[in-house]
This record gives sequence, C-alpha cells and structure tokens, in this order.
Amino acid sequence: MVEDMNKVMDSGVSSAASSSDTVRGVSLRTDSAQAGSAGTPAQEMIMESRDLQVHYGDYLAVRDVNLKIHRNEITALIGPSGCGKSTIIRCFNRMNDLIPSAKVGGTVLYRGIDLYGPEANAGEVRRRIGMVFQKPNPFPKSIYDNVAFGPRVNGKPSKSETDELVETSLKRAALWEEVKDRLKQPAFSLSGGQQQRLCIARALAVDPDVLLMDEPCSALDPIATARIEDLMHEIKGQYPIVIVTHNMQQAARVSDRTAFFNTEVDADATRPTGVLVEYDSTRKIFSTPSDPRTEQYISGRMG
Amino acid sequence: MSTTVITESRFSADLKDSTSSSRKFRDKIFLMGLWLATLIGVLTLFFLVLSTLLKGYTRLNLSLITNFPSPFPEDAGIQAAIFGSLWVVVTSGVVSLFIALGSAIYLEEFASQTSRFNRLISINIQTLAGVPSIVFGILGLAFVARGWLDWGFSVGTASAVLTMMVLPVMIVSAREALKAVPSSLREGSYALGATKWQSISKQVLPAAIPGIATGSILGVSRALGESAPLILLGALAYVSSNPSGLSSDYTVLPLVIMKYTQEAQDEFRAVGAAAIIVLLLLLVSLNLLAIVIRDRSRKSW
Repeated sequence: MVEDMNKVMDSGVSSAASSSDTVRGVSLRTDSAQAGSAGTPAQEMIMESRDLQVHYGDYLAVRDVNLKIHRNEITALIGPSGCGKSTIIRCFNRMNDLIPSAKVGGTVLYRGIDLYGPEANAGEVRRRIGMVFQKPNPFPKSIYDNVAFGPRVNGKPSKSETDELVETSLKRAALWEEVKDRLKQPAFSLSGGQQQRLCIARALAVDPDVLLMDEPCSALDPIATARIEDLMHEIKGQYPIVIVTHNMQQAARVSDRTAFFNTEVDADATRPTGVLVEYDSTRKIFSTPSDPRTEQYISGRMG
Repeated sequence: MSTTVITESRFSADLKDSTSSSRKFRDKIFLMGLWLATLIGVLTLFFLVLSTLLKGYTRLNLSLITNFPSPFPEDAGIQAAIFGSLWVVVTSGVVSLFIALGSAIYLEEFASQTSRFNRLISINIQTLAGVPSIVFGILGLAFVARGWLDWGFSVGTASAVLTMMVLPVMIVSAREALKAVPSSLREGSYALGATKWQSISKQVLPAAIPGIATGSILGVSRALGESAPLILLGALAYVSSNPSGLSSDYTVLPLVIMKYTQEAQDEFRAVGAAAIIVLLLLLVSLNLLAIVIRDRSRKSW
C-alpha cells in the first residue's frame, strides 16, 4: 500500500501536461489536477464528477457526487445497498443512457471533456471507458469471438491483428494459459471466474483508458475473487480502475482511494437518496475516517 | 472415541411416507385428469390420420405427385397444387419474414416503449393477428387482385394476401424472441463501444434466431393450410400446369382437397384423402425444420 502511494506521488510530479502525449485525438484542457481532500498530494486526474445527480423519473436516486479519479489508481465505491454506487459508476461511461427514465445532472469530465457535452459520442465514451459487470455476461459465442468483438466493431482489424489482440488481451486478463487450446469453444463452457476474466479481457481488447468494474466479484468464489484482485493490481498502472464493491475487505485490499456512499431521506422526499459521504485515501477511510457515518459503516454497525 | 447416534426425535421413528391416503387419492385423480387431456388431443389426431390413411392409401403413390388433374380419378394427381402451395408459401414466408423482422426490431429496440402512438401500433398488430382470414381475402380481392394493384388472380396476389395474414403473428413472435434476449448481452455490447445497430445485428439478432425461426415457421404453417381467402382470390382447383412465376394461375393443396372430397366418386375422394396426407407431411417437415434451426443455433452458444 505504501509503495503504491509513493508511486502515485512520483507520477503526480509529472502532472497533467505530460499525459496529453498519450491521448488519442482528444483536446485536453489541463484542469488543475488537485486531489480531492487535504493531505494527499497533487496527482494526475483522469476523470471528475461535479455535482453529479441522477433521477429515475421523478425519483432522485443520488445527488451531489464530487469525485476525482486518478491515474495509476484503483478507486473503490462502497456503501450500503441502494446508495447509488452502481448508478454513479454507470454515469462514468454513459451506460445510464440505456435506461430511458434516467436523467443525469451535473458534469462528468474525462480528461477535461464533458462526457455529456454536445461533442461527446456515447459509443466513443464507452470505447475509452470500459466496463465489467456484476454478473459475468460473455456473449453466446466462442471465447475468441468474445474478445475479438470489441476490436471488430471499432474497426476492421486483419486476421493476424485480431489473433494478436486476442492473445495479448487474454494474457493481460491472466486467462491465456487456461484457454489457449480451446479458443473456439463457447464462452459458456468456462467457469464463472473464468467467464469474468474473459469479460475483463474483452474490455481490455479495445485498449480503454479507464476501466469501470461494477461489483465484479460478487458472483464469484473466494479463489476466483483473489485472482481478479491480483489482476486489478497488475493492470492498474495501465488502466485506472473504478470499482463498486459490497465487500469492505475487498475495497481495503485493492483500492488506493475509497468513496463511501450512504442513503439519506430528505425532509420533503419519502424515498432515500444516495449521497457521497466521504472520499479519501483508502488508508484514511479505513483507519481515521472524518465522518462518523463512515466510521459506523466500516466498523460494521451500519448497512 | 465412540459416537452415539441420536434416535429420539419429535418425528416418527421411521422415514416412511406419511402422506394421508385421501391426499394420495387426490394426487392420482389430478394426474389422471392431465393424462386424459393429453390423450384427447393425441387420439383425435391419431384417428383423423388413420381414417384419412384408410381412405387414401390406394392413391398414395408416385403418380399422385407426378400427375396433373384429370377427368379420370386413377390418373388424377396433385402436382400443380403442391407446386402452387410451395410457390405461395415460400414467397409469402420470405417476404413476411423480412417485413416482420424489420418492424419487430423497430418496435422492440428503437420505438419508445412509453409513447402512446407505439402502444397503439402494438395493440393494432395484436388485433390483426386475430382477424379472420376471410377478411384478408376480401381486402386482397379489393386492393390486390382488382383495384389499385390489379394483379389478377395470380400467385403474386395470393402471396401478398397470405403475407398480410401471417405478418401480425410473425411480428408478435419476433418481438417476444427479441424481448427474451437478456439485457446483459446488450449492455456488454454497448460497453465495448458498439453502436446500436452493431449490437442488434451482431448480438441481439443472432441470440433471438431460435425464437424468431419458431414463430416464423408457425406463421408459414398457418399460410400453408389456409384456404378461405384463396377461394376469393381465384385459386382454381383445376389447374393443369405448375406456376412459372408470380403472375401464373395457381391452385393450392387445401383447395384441391376441398374439390376432391366433394366429388361423388369414391376414387376421387381417395385422391383428396391422399392429398391431405401430403399436406400433413409438408407441415410436419416444416415443423422439423423449425426444430433443427432452433437446436443448431442453440448449439453454437
């Protein structure tokens, strides 16, 4: 953990300007990449939400979310059921567009560009900001075609390029050794943990800039979970990760920063609305949280 | 260390069936009811097929399907009707499949589910599926055979009317098949940056093929057995050549069956019975095709 923090601090020195080299065709407005809370050093920020709120119809599901997602880091979103964690993470790659009643308010910035702005295309947003879902959802196709689907819909790679992409993606997802001899077999022949790693490989195959994971281990056994967590550590240098998790131990194990969400019932509303209670380094959240509600939650007295 | 087995409990000492006898009796009655219901369906079909076979077995030979109608019952064949039926059914099946796919995809994937207009369209389609086929025949007579299109009494007219008739059923079943595709599949595709059309054409449609195929073939089966609208649309019973195109004269199996079974001579009625068997065989092979398509596309999962 300490080493991770140091690495982050080192990369923070180079600041946002150097990251523009790696941006593909994006005009980068250099926001001052100041970390969210006091005590943490300046770092390269890749995504930011400002006063983010989501309505489902008339119902305000979550409000006032100000989050900063940093490079080379894993950011965990924790909190009790119904506090809007999944809703928030789905705002980060515009998956909420698919729910007709969902209305997103506030701003989500990716490298300084408004994801919901007039120039942002939802398909391009989702290609750069990949997502892994709660339940493994491989396509009803072969293992190979699952990984090749993303590159294929985003261009027309040649056979050899596709072969190479499939191999490197499966290697990154630590699945290659298990499936290299049966790439043509249906993805559903894999175990649940393998299917989830396949979904990660599939997301990595389009070479995203950020990876969102919505409770990726909730359907997996402890061994498969450990493999995915190892994998997250290996790839976080290349792909900053935002993970929603129900499991506080998991947040403490994998993440560099943690955002704690909770539900609140407003005076005029009857249904609870999710709010961001506290966002800080994982170490701070799990040792000396500044909000008493966070302290209650992590010590198991709530949720 | 020795272990003791716990034997005392609040239950009886054995694990024998403790269900009361009246309850067992009721279970049996219920099961017998189910058997009876199944039996009625199976036996009806069995006796129908049996009596038809007994009447028509003398004419179940090659000359039945190689010959054209004839004034002599021993020479009379139904080749023109078989080809007429195939022409009409294949044309209407292919045309309606494409139209049904298009409208099902629009209604299920693109149209706003809450818009009143789209709900009106859905109700309209469901109502059309229940409209008696003779009404479609009258419509076809007024607008396709005569009137605007003026296609006359031809294969094209019959195909057009059967298409109209089959479409609502196909659209409804294709929509159900699309609805049954799990949303996680769509999400997975969108999350990789795929466009809506890419997601639908490369993921949703392939996953829906089994359901769409089953529904379509059920619709086509309905068209194959249909006679009422075609009586209005000039399907002549006595046609002595196979259709050569959409503008040809035609007849279809159900009409030939009707004609022969109305004849006075037993020999002609035997031809009718044999034609019924041929029609049933066609229907069964269509259903088998549906099963094969369904199982094949499932295996690739």
